[in-house]
Amino acid sequence: MVVLAGVSVIVFSLVHLVPGDPVRLALGTRFSQESYDALRERSGLDQPLIEQFFGWLGRALTGDLGVSFRSGETVTSLIAERLPATLTLAFASILVALLIAVPLGTISALRPRSIIDRFATVISQFGISVPDFWMGIVLILVFAGTLGWLPSGGFVPIGEDPLEWLQRLVMPAVVTGVVSGSVITRFVRSSMLEALGSDHVRTAQAKGLPTRQVFTWHVLRNALLPLVTVTGVQLAYLLSGVVVVEIVFSWPGLGQLALQAVQARDYPVLQGAVLLFALVFLVINLVVDLLYTAIDPRIRR
Amino acid sequence: MTGAPVPEPGSSPDTPAGAPGTSPAATLRPARPRWQETLGLLARNPTAAIASLLLIAIVLIAIFDDTLAAEGPNDIDVAERLQSPSWEHPFGTDDLGRDILSRIILGASVSLRVGFLAVGFALVVGTLIGLLAGYYGRWVDDVLMRFMDMLFAFPAVLLAIAVLAVRGPGSGNTALAIGIVYTPIFARVTRASVLGVREEVYVRASRSVGASDWRILTRHILPNAAPPIIVQTSISLAFAVLAEAALSFLGLGTQPPNPSWGLMLAEGRSYIELAWWIAFFPGMAIFLTVLCFNLLGDGLRDVLDPRQRTQMSGSGAAVAADAGGEK
Repeated sequence: MVVLAGVSVIVFSLVHLVPGDPVRLALGTRFSQESYDALRERSGLDQPLIEQFFGWLGRALTGDLGVSFRSGETVTSLIAERLPATLTLAFASILVALLIAVPLGTISALRPRSIIDRFATVISQFGISVPDFWMGIVLILVFAGTLGWLPSGGFVPIGEDPLEWLQRLVMPAVVTGVVSGSVITRFVRSSMLEALGSDHVRTAQAKGLPTRQVFTWHVLRNALLPLVTVTGVQLAYLLSGVVVVEIVFSWPGLGQLALQAVQARDYPVLQGAVLLFALVFLVINLVVDLLYTAIDPRIRR
Repeated sequence: MTGAPVPEPGSSPDTPAGAPGTSPAATLRPARPRWQETLGLLARNPTAAIASLLLIAIVLIAIFDDTLAAEGPNDIDVAERLQSPSWEHPFGTDDLGRDILSRIILGASVSLRVGFLAVGFALVVGTLIGLLAGYYGRWVDDVLMRFMDMLFAFPAVLLAIAVLAVRGPGSGNTALAIGIVYTPIFARVTRASVLGVREEVYVRASRSVGASDWRILTRHILPNAAPPIIVQTSISLAFAVLAEAALSFLGLGTQPPNPSWGLMLAEGRSYIELAWWIAFFPGMAIFLTVLCFNLLGDGLRDVLDPRQRTQMSGSGAAVAADAGGEK
């Protein structure tokens, strides 16, 4: 709660930290005194700071994030417009990431120092280091350019054309999924190794439990906790819009909206987007904490 | 890019035998001679050794960029535009006939300067905050770490974009933006490490003979809390280079006509089907540099800080406290 309050203060101050007059910057070089006064009044910038802050906060709490300087649409509707694309990409990416990370991390933990383990380590190191926008460009070059199998970008709602929706989703989801998956793989591997080496696993093996049972109940369950955490962090990151990948694939998500808002100096939109991202981050952390309690009864005390 | 650096758990289980920091005896040793020991152990780790050598090469290239580059960064030669790689232009030329290899060499110093400045800022500010929070505890800890949590609640790229929106684009502001993003991570890593050594016998002994807080902090706590901070520095450099490239790619970082790897990628993007080399080679340069910093960070962790690995993967709470951001 304290964090959220602080976050809202920072988000609010964004407009006032900018050198110069935000209204003047938004209007560009040629404008009349009337349009200047009108925008200033409409955005409430003529009122004292404290009043502005609490006015903005109160409206934000009821879902009113103000009106875009540029298009005149409400910020809430602009964000709502972008939400489907962002949600689609985020969940598709996390799916790709888990499909890579869980098997790869598990296998390398079960056979440490084997060829597969070394391969997984190298691959995940590559995945963490590769610039995602560059990978996107290379994929577009190969699959959209040379081979011509996939469209190079854009988003189509699933209701309109499920096949095209999938075709357009594949490349951006793979790019972000590989990057997130590499991070998760390392966590899966180390937490599995940790669980495999623990006393209770040795005890379970010693008392003659079948390997499968030891694995499911003693190893997997203990390795699940770090996995949930890191997946939550990755999801928060993906939901806040993978700006650069969205630009590469012309994906109309929230990251793109935030970048356009910066470029157009459209502060109400930027404030709204940043506030939303911070909120998403905090909510996901809360959900992760709740999941802990479900997974690990010891935390319940 | 993109993202916030995560203090990650180590990826390999093979801890070199006799690594410092594992036994109480090791922590009691004075900090200085460790350097030689560390370098020796690092040299025996082939991946980390190769990564360090490559990094030294990249840094040398960045320092002597003017001598090494065959052409100036903005030697426009329209007759030679969009040439594919050849002996004369090993990486080809771009849409203005500029030599890509020369621009990559000159871009190295831009990328590295921003990376070092950003991490330097985060290291100094974050470590100071972490030291104070961890050492004094109570309300100092609460106030400082709450503030860090607030910064941490913003997605890394967006925080950087917001800083650049306020301060305007450019290399210096990019370094500041990335530095601000990474400060909370250094604060957290330092604080956790300080908490681990705060109640050690030598700290209490030092306090009992009347040493000042400053002396205890700089002579006893910082040297012994340093290993995770050093590892984090290397990993953060990787992400800072990546972040600079991403921000420049978006047009918010280094401004044209300066050669920056991210910017070159953005410029090459529109010619990708016509001339793949314009975007391909700068991307490789970013990838290689980032990979080397990451591999060095991994190697350093194995040598310096085998404990961090077990702590982090050991309990969900530790991971929850330390993991953050993307990537």
